[in-house]
Amino acid sequence: MPRQIAFYGKGGIGKSTTSQNTLAALVEMGQKILIVGCDPKADSTRLILNCKLQDTVLHLAAKAGSVEDLELEDVMKIGYKGIKCTEAGGPEPGVGCAGRGVITAINFLEENGAYDDVDYVSYDVLGDVVCGGFAMPIRENKAQEIYIVMSGEMMALFAANNIAKGILKYAGSGGVRLGGLICNERQTDRELDLAETLAKRINTQMIHFVPRNNIVQHAELRRQTVIQYAPDSSQAAEYRSLATKIHANAGKGTIPSPITMEELEDLLLEFGIMKSDDQALAELEAKEKSVG
Amino acid sequence: MSLDNINDTAANEALIKEVLDQYPEKAAKKRARHLGTVKTDAEGNPTCGVKSNIKSVPGVMTVRGCAYAGAKGVVWGPVKDMVHISHGPIGCGQYSWSQRRNYFTGTVGIDSFVTMQVTSDFQERDIVFGGDKNLDKMIDELEVLFPLNNGISILSECPIGLIGDDIEAVSKKKGKELGKKVIPVRCEGFRGVSQSLGHHIANDAIRDWVFDKGIPEWEGTPYDVNLIADYNIGGDAWPSRKLLEEIGLRVIGSWSGDATLAEIERAPRAKLNLIHCYRSMNYICRHMEEKYEIPWVEYNFFGPTQIAASLRKIAAQFDETIQANAEKVIAKYQPLVDGVLARFKPRLEGKTVMLYVGGLRPRHTATAYDDLGMVIVGTGYEFAHNDDYQRTGHYLKEGTLIYDDVSEFELEKFIEKLRPDLVGSGIKEKYSTQKMGVPFRQMHSWDYSGPYHGYDGFAIFARDMDMAVNAPIWSKLKAPWKAA
Repeated sequence: MPRQIAFYGKGGIGKSTTSQNTLAALVEMGQKILIVGCDPKADSTRLILNCKLQDTVLHLAAKAGSVEDLELEDVMKIGYKGIKCTEAGGPEPGVGCAGRGVITAINFLEENGAYDDVDYVSYDVLGDVVCGGFAMPIRENKAQEIYIVMSGEMMALFAANNIAKGILKYAGSGGVRLGGLICNERQTDRELDLAETLAKRINTQMIHFVPRNNIVQHAELRRQTVIQYAPDSSQAAEYRSLATKIHANAGKGTIPSPITMEELEDLLLEFGIMKSDDQALAELEAKEKSVG
Repeated sequence: MSLDNINDTAANEALIKEVLDQYPEKAAKKRARHLGTVKTDAEGNPTCGVKSNIKSVPGVMTVRGCAYAGAKGVVWGPVKDMVHISHGPIGCGQYSWSQRRNYFTGTVGIDSFVTMQVTSDFQERDIVFGGDKNLDKMIDELEVLFPLNNGISILSECPIGLIGDDIEAVSKKKGKELGKKVIPVRCEGFRGVSQSLGHHIANDAIRDWVFDKGIPEWEGTPYDVNLIADYNIGGDAWPSRKLLEEIGLRVIGSWSGDATLAEIERAPRAKLNLIHCYRSMNYICRHMEEKYEIPWVEYNFFGPTQIAASLRKIAAQFDETIQANAEKVIAKYQPLVDGVLARFKPRLEGKTVMLYVGGLRPRHTATAYDDLGMVIVGTGYEFAHNDDYQRTGHYLKEGTLIYDDVSEFELEKFIEKLRPDLVGSGIKEKYSTQKMGVPFRQMHSWDYSGPYHGYDGFAIFARDMDMAVNAPIWSKLKAPWKAA
């Protein structure tokens, strides 16, 4: 059985970018990889394929009639250094049920041998675990470890804690574990410190702190990973370091201990990200005085 | 076979306790509120104070249906000149296909579509990508296949509500394109506690998608009435309509059994609404009362006592001519009634009956049995509300066993202990009851028979009950432990 990992995190945090760069580094380490994109936008493999994958499982299935009418070759494309790429696909926003689509697509890939002959299966899941469908990679002995991509921003921290709750829910029955937090630097106050503290509080590790670097943008505009676009850059080294850590992290995932909303808010107050009511009032008063 | 202590309050209360003792504490507490006996209140009126219209207790077998069943099977399905789409996966449409015996005149597949099963047959891709496009295309195809249809209803099955298909938008678009009424009904099965909510949702669809789209011009008379909530099971609405016409009224709409969409459209032009099944269509009657100032009257055409009372009650809403006509009609049918009673009453007198039906008949048919000399010893509803139970007491005698949303276990236990001479309920209860050696009649579908409404229907009703109770088969049943 291949090792199965999944990337979760708040929408727009850089899950797809981080996961593809990490996987590109892993493939350099000689690992055979399959990517399962679980986002209706189908952009989880763009940097690996150097183009947007058009033939998603669900669109082809809809065209052919049902998934039973599909062949694995129809939906699996080979990208950077042999990485196998698939996208579940799904409906346009506002119609149908994308969650059901994820379930259908994953079952199809599994049943048709997509998981044979690879060392890693990586799921890239859309921002919020809004329904059971997007929890699919967490459930039923699929991903063994979940990596949460986050930053020092408040909403990213909330999302990370929520995802930890989802993992906890299935940890008993399915054996899923939290692999760690990946902090994508946003240059907020005491970001590293905060990420490490949150990691400790929810019983996991901050596995890597990815510094902000514009080269990621440059690579992305060319539909490439940094590994491919600037293999000698410092940023490529960061992703290689992350890949090495994830590779060494096999079997070391933990059952998370998500904290309550109040605890999380207290933590943010402590780090000065959120202001207490008293603080806010005092500041307001000071401001009014200065104006008056 | 009957027991001597018929409608004995103490014995029935003990029986209820015996049944409840079999349940876990929590379930027993919940179910206790739905079981009781008819009592006399301070003013001397019989009441049955059971709780109703509450979610069934998990783990017991309820025979209730769902909102889709109420909206499609009961209210919209019988409208004959419309095509009714079961929108969603195929099972709901397939297994509810022609389950109610709504008779109609017309040619199936040409101008009438009641007995057809039309479904959008959802596949996985429709769930994932939404079913709106298919629905749009399907309606075009229906137009080609059945050009004489006068409208289309779209009845949501559960998944439609989950994936959020916009059937209202499709309805608006197709309605405009075709120049016909395309009516969305949001009757997803998971809504509500029983089929009852489906009736309500379907009534609301009549209000929003039929009445609010305009009322046609109509050359009226002072005697125009609507016959509402008669589903024409086995032809029930036909003898009912006949009686109303005989007393001089003009029935301008008869819903929804054997109904056309036009009859619904023009309903607000009537002077009076006559409602048979209060439970399933009181909503639209109340709406017509509020908006169009049309009064409504409940009536009961089961058995001569109630028929006569109802004819007088209806006639009292009109002038003396109608009132005189009502008396004439009652007198005219008296020989028929006498003949029926002379033939069947001696064979049925004193026989006991237990009923368990939907939302109307557990009370409405009670007096028809009384007319035949039979005694109701237990009755209950699947999906009645409090106002139904309020209307039930005066049909029954003190001590009668009352059971709301009865479980199969409870009903079997009650039958076993009360040993009635006849049980009237549905197909799910039929064979288990007969295997207990107790005669049975289906009181939802009339067992391939009917009509039971009106004087004509009473003759058939009496014959059918006699046929069940006095069938020679029951004398052949021998307990295996008794010598042959």
